[in-house]
Amino acid sequence: MQRYSALSLLGRALGGHRGWTSQWRRAAPKAAYDAVIVGGGGHGLGAAYHLAGEHRLTNVAVLEKGWIGGGNTGRNTTIIRSNYLFDESAALYDHSLKLWEQLSQALNYNVMFSPRGVMMLAHTVHDVQVIKRHVHANRANGVDNQWLSAQQAKDFCPPLNIGDIRYPVLGAALQRRGGTARHDAVAWGYARAADALGVDIIENCEVSGIRRNGHGAVEAVETTRGVIRTPKIGVAAAGHTSVIMKMAGIRLPLESYPLQALVSEPVKPVLPCVVMSNTVHAYISQSDKGELVIGAGTDAYTSYTQRGGLHISAHALQAVCELFPMFRRLRMLRNWGGIVDVTPDRSPIIAKTAVPGLYVNCGWGTGGFKATPGSAHVFAWTIARDQPHPINAPFTIERFRDGHLIDEAAAAAVAH
Amino acid sequence: MLLIACPYCGTRPELEFVYGGQAHLARPKDPAAIDAQDWADFLYVRDNTRGAHAERWRHTHGCGRFFNALRDTTTDHFIATYRVGEPPPVFTGGPKAAP
Repeated sequence: MQRYSALSLLGRALGGHRGWTSQWRRAAPKAAYDAVIVGGGGHGLGAAYHLAGEHRLTNVAVLEKGWIGGGNTGRNTTIIRSNYLFDESAALYDHSLKLWEQLSQALNYNVMFSPRGVMMLAHTVHDVQVIKRHVHANRANGVDNQWLSAQQAKDFCPPLNIGDIRYPVLGAALQRRGGTARHDAVAWGYARAADALGVDIIENCEVSGIRRNGHGAVEAVETTRGVIRTPKIGVAAAGHTSVIMKMAGIRLPLESYPLQALVSEPVKPVLPCVVMSNTVHAYISQSDKGELVIGAGTDAYTSYTQRGGLHISAHALQAVCELFPMFRRLRMLRNWGGIVDVTPDRSPIIAKTAVPGLYVNCGWGTGGFKATPGSAHVFAWTIARDQPHPINAPFTIERFRDGHLIDEAAAAAVAH
Repeated sequence: MLLIACPYCGTRPELEFVYGGQAHLARPKDPAAIDAQDWADFLYVRDNTRGAHAERWRHTHGCGRFFNALRDTTTDHFIATYRVGEPPPVFTGGPKAAP
């Protein structure tokens, strides 16, 4: 692997940028691996990286049916925060946030993590009470989060319109350690680092079946590029998890919905932080390129189409234009959808399954990007040791049977 | 925005409807008699089909009635809508009917 540094950049620049090598090999599938990860997004690539690095399991393949970074990893609005209500969620997402803070150094790849602050707006008395409860719960868990008055929110984010709107801003919660990162760089950085440790990254390779032996344990995966023998399969296929798991006879409490995002034409820096509003339902931040990155909601119905209804994104734009009247004259450049797998309690599943050798990392719903490093780390641990890390131990499939839900859906009362 | 053919009122825009999830799920007759796994399966586990999916819709801002639909979740094309109590139409994945 070519190490990247200011010096290497300078050296290559003087040499006319000749001699850069590709960031990962174009691997062809081998006949057998010690472990196979299905899904080449951030969660899957990161899991392979940790399997090879931390757990010394280097004979690993990542199978991606499209191209690296073409799924939800490259389709989200890149918001990173950890101010979740419940202890289990706070532990998981804050584990992730701590890894975000060192990720560029760990991967030798600039993921452009930018802890610029994430502000969640309160527009009603109910919002104020819920958000204050979140703030207190977060602080009890050692997660930074603070309550701001409406004026303090305006001071932190000057373009915000707090008064003259249908739902005036009554205050906000601010997590200063939260922010954004460059999502493509996260996929590429993990792919490059995993590849350097010996992991085969196999693109354009769709899984079409899972073979099991006489004891019911995983034996091989069937793919569009041949059969690959392996005793361990980790599925991190986001919206298509149900489709893959069905091949092993497992049904999960998941439903897949299209979630939309859109970006505006690029403008000079105008928005200093991430602003989220659950009540009027909009998410907005500004990328380093200058585009406003706007998150909309999911469609009402399950679908695998990777697009969504126009009225859904129009609704988000109406909310953004109320909160930031100066954005009304901006034109939108692109919009797109990603398929998100939603659990009934809006918390993920990172767990062993009833099939020996089959592990699943799914159910991130509308907010999986922020969890990428932490999820990858504990998923790799679960695969390597055949038992969950203490952080993901509560995020089982059996919690739906046993009633131990981690009900972030009720906690936030909105998809997030 | 989808156009959805309510079997009672005709074709209307999606905004008049509310999605009701997977169709033809029978509530266990005696929940106390089944074990926790079966109850969890009824409450939470869904087929999440990629392809022809039988699902419930309610024409909330119209006749207010529930009905069922068969929709291809890879294209959002409605293959058919039908009344509650009727069996789902047989769909073999052949050429799509005109909308």
